[in-house]
Amino acid sequence: MMETMTKVPLKDNSTEDIKYKLIAENISASYDGIVTVKNVSMKFRDRAVTALIGPSGCGKTTFLRCLNRMHELTKNATLTGKVLLDGEDLYSNKVDPIINRRKIGMVFQKPNPFPTMSIYDNVACGLKLNGVKDKKIIDEVVEGCLKMASLWNEVKGDLKKPGMSLSGGQQQRLCIARALAIQPEVLLMDEPASALDPIATQKIEEMIQELKKEYTIIIVTHNMQQATRVSDYTGFMYLGDLVEFGETKQIFENPRNEITAKYVQGQFG
Amino acid sequence: MITVEQRTEFRKHFRYNVGRRLVLDKIVKCMVFVCVLVAIVPLIAILVNVFSNGASALSWEFLTQVPGAVGSDDPGGIGPAIQGTLVLIGLSSLIGVPVGVMGGIFLSEYGNNRYGRTVRFFNDVLAEFPTIVIGVFTFVLIVLTFGDFSVWAGSFALSIIMLPIIMRTTEESLKLVPVTYREAGYALGIRRWKVVFTIVLSSARSGLITGILLSVARIAGETAPLVFTILGSSQFIQDFSGPVDALPLRIWRLSSLPYDSAVAQGWGGAFILIIIVLSINIGVRYLFLHKKGQTLIKFKKLGSIS
Repeated sequence: MMETMTKVPLKDNSTEDIKYKLIAENISASYDGIVTVKNVSMKFRDRAVTALIGPSGCGKTTFLRCLNRMHELTKNATLTGKVLLDGEDLYSNKVDPIINRRKIGMVFQKPNPFPTMSIYDNVACGLKLNGVKDKKIIDEVVEGCLKMASLWNEVKGDLKKPGMSLSGGQQQRLCIARALAIQPEVLLMDEPASALDPIATQKIEEMIQELKKEYTIIIVTHNMQQATRVSDYTGFMYLGDLVEFGETKQIFENPRNEITAKYVQGQFG
Repeated sequence: MITVEQRTEFRKHFRYNVGRRLVLDKIVKCMVFVCVLVAIVPLIAILVNVFSNGASALSWEFLTQVPGAVGSDDPGGIGPAIQGTLVLIGLSSLIGVPVGVMGGIFLSEYGNNRYGRTVRFFNDVLAEFPTIVIGVFTFVLIVLTFGDFSVWAGSFALSIIMLPIIMRTTEESLKLVPVTYREAGYALGIRRWKVVFTIVLSSARSGLITGILLSVARIAGETAPLVFTILGSSQFIQDFSGPVDALPLRIWRLSSLPYDSAVAQGWGGAFILIIIVLSINIGVRYLFLHKKGQTLIKFKKLGSIS
């Protein structure tokens, strides 16, 4: 128990109450009439990595997409429940979903850099299209974000090259830099390493450890080793339900639920 | 489960007649080549024919002078027709391209409903409309109302012909842009219209430009609607509300005259028309498609409107 506590860096000191950046309350979601997320409630701690694991089709990705109101863009999608970001309900009528997407960055499963844009423009576009004009600021942000995504050293000479000219792993890191550029507070990652080789995966995992100091990170992953390596908390989803949610160490070493135990032991997947 | 015996049996079925299948493969390949030839030969024949018949008429005077008196020794040139065609193409594109592209954006991005389906249906009907009907319609609507044949009337008719082509090709090419790019844009907190105008439109620019060029080529050669809208003229344009000349009209008039020099001029005019369409095509493609890593619309203009 103590070991896990020290693993989670706290903001100021350990006497401070645990701060939850994002709270999902009773989220149910469906599309095309198929209910994929059933009444899931989760609290995501600030400056910590929370992993969502579970077999294919268990609703991890749909749930993740509910957290930045991307799910409603899907055709025939329905959703009930609340998502509180710093105590404010994202789904309240008074809140502009677009402003909130600027606070909650997202990295997708497949690298999807904008095909007609250069490496530089890919990172800068979130800023430029959201009204930032100062070239100096944009330059600084682009460099900073590429460094955070540990891509800077590989691309600093050819920022004008098309984003698509990079390798798959580099493209994914470019997409992470792009998501970081709008200075979000929360970062959602949907199996960011599933299309990548072990070395690229390792780079991304190291980067997540680094980013954790500043961001609330929620990562969907198929890879249980990855969940144990990068996350502080883990939620196990099965058939749309959140079966178990707790500290990663507990979920993997001492699961309370029978299905969780079977899943983390690799008995089904 | 498939047993080992079954698998051996299946293998036999997959591996018989290899020789015959290779021959079939060659035959299909040949047929494809023959079809390409069948398509290309007429194109080359037309180009050669037009050039060989029209070359004798080509000269600086031919390109710049007004037409001479019919049957006289000085046949003059087709200057007003060239000018008229360029002006008509420019003006119709000015009306047709923005409206068509916007319409295409509507159909692709916002048209997934009954209203969109209705618009799509009538757009397709319009695309197959006989252009002479569009000419007559414009004649009634504009020429009769304002009392004269005019550049405006001609451009209006031609832009109506452009519209459905541009709308449909824009829609189709926007739909080809993977949803993942749009989602990446939305996830950055970019507003929907901006995602469409920067990310989606620039990803689809190749198809977009092909559609626009197709429609330009189409209207450059239209004759029937022009008869009812610009009438034809043997003078350079004095003002936009009077009759003008255009290459297809001039070609049609010249080729029906009983003089060899006039017919040769008609061929010359046809050659010039082909050159104009070809150079617009190559020019536009070079301008918009050869610069990689550039977006169709610059961020700077859009950044200020949040």
